Amino acid sequence: MLWFVLRRLAAGVVLIVAIAVLAFFLLYATGGDVGRRILGPTASADTVAQKNTQLGLDKPALSQFADWASGAVRGDFGRSWFTGQSVSDAVTGRLAVTLSLVIGATVLTAVVAVVLGVLAARRGGWVDTAVQFLSVLGFAVPGFLVAILLVLVFAINLDLVDPTGYTRFADSPSGWLSSILLPVIALSIASIVGVAQQVRGSMLDTLRLDYVRTLRSRGLSERRVVYGHVLRNAAGPALSILGVQFVGLLGGAVLVEQIFAIPGIGQTAVSATVGGDVPLVLGVVIATAVLVVLLNLAVDLLQGWLNPKVRRA
Amino acid sequence: MTTTAAPTDLPAVRTLERTARVSLVRRVLRSPVGAVSLVFLLLVVLAAVFAPLLAPQDPDFASARDVLAPPGGDHLLGTDGSGRDILSRLLYASRLSLSGAATAVGVAAAIGITAGLLAGYYGRWSESVASSVSSVFMALPAIVVLLAARTVLGPSPYTTMIVLGVLVSPAFYRVVSAAVAGVRQELYVDAARVSGLSDGRIIARHILTVVRAPAIILAAGMAGIAITLQAGLDFLGLGDPQRPSWGGMLSDAFAAIYREPLTLLWPSLAIGLTCIALVLLGSAVRDALERSGRPRRRRRRDAAPPAASLAESVVVHDEPTGARAEELLHVRDLAVGYDQPDGSTTEVVHGVELSVHRGEIHGLIGESGSGKTQTAFAVMRLLAAGGRIVRGSIEFEGADLATLSEKEMTRLRGRRIAYVPQEPMSNLDPVFTVGHQLTEPMRVALGLSRTAARTRALDLLARVGIPDPQRTFAAYPHQISGGMAQRVLIAGAVSCGPDLLIADEPTTALDVTVQAEVLDLLRDLQRESSMGVLLVTHNFGVVADLCDRVSVMRAGRIVETGPTRAVFATPRHEYTRSLFDAVLEDTAPRGPLVPTTQGAQA
Amino acid sequence: MTDRLLGVEDLVVEYPARGFGKKPFRALSGLSLDIRLGETVGLVGESGSGKTTLGRAVLGLAPVTGGSIRYAGRDISRLGRKERRALASDIQVVFQDPYTSLNPALTIEQILTEPLTVRKVARPEAARRVRDLLDQVHLPADAGSRLPREFSGGQRQRIAIARALALEPRLIVCDEPVSALDLSTQARVLDLFREVQDSTGVAYLFISHDLAVVRHLSHRVAVMYRGEIVESGDGDQVTSRPQHPYTQRLFLAAPLPDPDLQEQRRAERRRLARAAAAPSVS
Repeated sequence: MLWFVLRRLAAGVVLIVAIAVLAFFLLYATGGDVGRRILGPTASADTVAQKNTQLGLDKPALSQFADWASGAVRGDFGRSWFTGQSVSDAVTGRLAVTLSLVIGATVLTAVVAVVLGVLAARRGGWVDTAVQFLSVLGFAVPGFLVAILLVLVFAINLDLVDPTGYTRFADSPSGWLSSILLPVIALSIASIVGVAQQVRGSMLDTLRLDYVRTLRSRGLSERRVVYGHVLRNAAGPALSILGVQFVGLLGGAVLVEQIFAIPGIGQTAVSATVGGDVPLVLGVVIATAVLVVLLNLAVDLLQGWLNPKVRRA
Repeated sequence: MTTTAAPTDLPAVRTLERTARVSLVRRVLRSPVGAVSLVFLLLVVLAAVFAPLLAPQDPDFASARDVLAPPGGDHLLGTDGSGRDILSRLLYASRLSLSGAATAVGVAAAIGITAGLLAGYYGRWSESVASSVSSVFMALPAIVVLLAARTVLGPSPYTTMIVLGVLVSPAFYRVVSAAVAGVRQELYVDAARVSGLSDGRIIARHILTVVRAPAIILAAGMAGIAITLQAGLDFLGLGDPQRPSWGGMLSDAFAAIYREPLTLLWPSLAIGLTCIALVLLGSAVRDALERSGRPRRRRRRDAAPPAASLAESVVVHDEPTGARAEELLHVRDLAVGYDQPDGSTTEVVHGVELSVHRGEIHGLIGESGSGKTQTAFAVMRLLAAGGRIVRGSIEFEGADLATLSEKEMTRLRGRRIAYVPQEPMSNLDPVFTVGHQLTEPMRVALGLSRTAARTRALDLLARVGIPDPQRTFAAYPHQISGGMAQRVLIAGAVSCGPDLLIADEPTTALDVTVQAEVLDLLRDLQRESSMGVLLVTHNFGVVADLCDRVSVMRAGRIVETGPTRAVFATPRHEYTRSLFDAVLEDTAPRGPLVPTTQGAQA
Repeated sequence: MTDRLLGVEDLVVEYPARGFGKKPFRALSGLSLDIRLGETVGLVGESGSGKTTLGRAVLGLAPVTGGSIRYAGRDISRLGRKERRALASDIQVVFQDPYTSLNPALTIEQILTEPLTVRKVARPEAARRVRDLLDQVHLPADAGSRLPREFSGGQRQRIAIARALALEPRLIVCDEPVSALDLSTQARVLDLFREVQDSTGVAYLFISHDLAVVRHLSHRVAVMYRGEIVESGDGDQVTSRPQHPYTQRLFLAAPLPDPDLQEQRRAERRRLARAAAAPSVS
């Protein structure tokens, strides 16, 4: 089991390094005249060249990378070209906000999706039809449309909660909760239906397997069979989908933060993109990759716990 | 792949492809959902193509007088915050969305399908390369990558969509390579290879046809994602501001949310409906395929009973003199049916009568589709979904199992009536140890403590002839052999001391030497506890070896029944006799090859 | 040469193991066998004995790592793809599972024409041949336009036989061709195999786990155990009076469809098992 964890961890590190190298060279190689972009068209050629030297952009790409990488290993990802702020500070300061959104949405997804999926698989009939119908809607309608709809309904028509803005947990826990409630719901819809579909599908598949009949023939109650055996077997595929959905949630957060005016990493990403602030964009890319790798590790561990065959694979 | 392929027979392959595709389109159109979504998408495409003709105004013409005009009059859908005609912008914007989506899907399909075909067909190393590439691609949310790309490549919508296409190509790759790898395992591909088909021909003929459908479904979903992402980027203000786009319109409207919320409706509808139509189309294609494409494995057309046999009576052999033990199970006029989607019921067992006495093994023999297994499942009330007892009674110790509540039935199962299945490996839960699966029923049914159940389970494992009970107890099902697994299942069946054992082809999946040992085990266990056993089988040898009585089933009915020796000595029903005639064990061996003139020299 | 059609000598087949540096799995370890023109050689063994691998090696579908397979005097164990394809008109196959050995999306006619198109047989000629083939395996002429799923297991196996016969081969590898069929269907399909052999003089390598099936059809029989042939010879002798202990075990383990004879056989098997109990028995 330890070997399994170590191998997955190593694979994750390799993945992060690969992404860092790829992203660095793609971003820096195609950057163009950065000094000119920062200083604007009125600056003299000299000051532009000076700026480029100051940022280290006159060096060959490989040595630029060496500089950046040696800093990155120590947690220093360089400074923003425009504000001069440290990239690690800019990213970590906002990461917590995004994480509270995304983790909230993941938890909500897991809970609601399992309930819906199990209901649809067990009850069949109209419950199943309804879940199926909602799935198509939830899958097809982009999350940001849902977000806009929520803002519209709650802001304009109901005036129940403050639809936009963000309150820090430290300032007011209840304010925090109400400020992330709508964004989390908007984010979760698509992943809920995605995971619920998977739960339903693999529950139905598992219920058809031979050993379920054998378990019943042993005098185990329906509840024991369904929740003790079938759900556990069905959980594996659902968990994989949840892992995929997490990546989707991180992406969805970029738009949802914009709509609900939440100061998360998504906003950083958008403004850095608009300005062409390469160090900051790189920082966001790597932060995201680390999150995804950590989550995948967690998913793998859970899979190993759920299914003994995975442990040896 | 090779140039030797004769050009003359290429058309044959192509016509085949075409007919298959036509029938798929027709099948999709037959479902209302598929037809509606296809027509809607067609309208969107037409609107985009003919936007210059259809648009009432220049999409960029801003009229300062008509800012946020309500729908109606000059502006059918009103105007936006800059006084531009919403309908015209919507029409022009659809061109961007559709061409963008087409670009992304095209790029993804070109890369993913090609790579998937090659990897799936040619093997393993390319598979590991491609899967590492895809894990890099999948490790980041698409939008983050697109933002990064936008940072350096600028706001061109097509560049963005090409990047997206590359990014999502692993999805195509995965679907295609999995389908191909699956087909490659199929025997018909081996047969084609043995027939002398070239690789290129095999891919074109046997593999592309399999890949087509999943690729369509995937493309539909992907187009939706591309439209969503593009609209998202435009909404964030990262698109090309010079061109009207659905996302950009949404952004404009969102800015005016307090003044004129209605303007949000139109771009939202355009995006939402298009995406819904794409998803519905995908699922309609899937439904159309599932309804017709799935090979129905165990369906036997020739199992239908001839009309004349419906009325015939059961041949009953005389009982040997002497008292039989107490009757355990008496099935009377049992009929089993399966509910069909159209509301009717298909009857598979038509009025079976059968009894099992204590200490007696009753064999139920028949060919596939004869209803023997359905009869056995009905006794345990464990019919597959949709199946039910249509009529008749199942007397077991004074109760009628056909009418017991589910709760009462659960109480009988395991304790009084136990079951040994056919396939050992698929009848153990893969995620629990053998020990857990043995002890759980004992703890639930007999109320044993954990340690007591463990002791008993180890005893049972030793009893059924497992050499190292401790190790097997701790093992997972995939760690033991099929023969061991069947012993485990038998141990589980007898663990709670049942009175009646139902064994459904308990040795069919086993090798013949293992079968002999398992038959011995069943016989010994039955003698020890004087259980009654209902043994379902298709093998006369197994009946001869084990059974005291036998009933021969055909097409949902018992045609002949009696003591085994009597039935084997003088089978009286025509069908029973024909089965005995087909038995090969007693036929003469063929003998050595007699050289004839036929042996032309090699 | 004599009338020897196929000669397998010291054949070794090893499958590369998944994972780096692991030992390959040796499915066949140096076995020899030959088949004469028009002869049926039965190959009996339990699961994992390597009998299917031997069949696949003859067909060029398994990796041969040692020894040779000679067909009509020529070594065919390591042919290139193109040369292998040329052999299609000599060696053909009928597989076990009638449900996966026919492409469900193709009509019977398309399935049967497949080998013919490779030989560039003209369209009308191919159509005529398909009718003949269907007739030869006793299927109605209109079967050609139908899909495999419209046929029962036995009928599908007839189609597979027709496909194998399309190129008029001299050897057909039959890999458990009747073990998925019901008793009465099995008997009829076996009769068809014999009938085809009588009329065409084709030789069979007939693989089965069932001693009775093999005995019914084979001139000679070889018994496989763990990648090796432990006993071979005249069909009657091997299947009725086996010499090798493993063959004896196999022979006595198959239950006879007669309660009295089976009781005797059981007693004999148990006596043998007790006698063998002193050395280790798996």
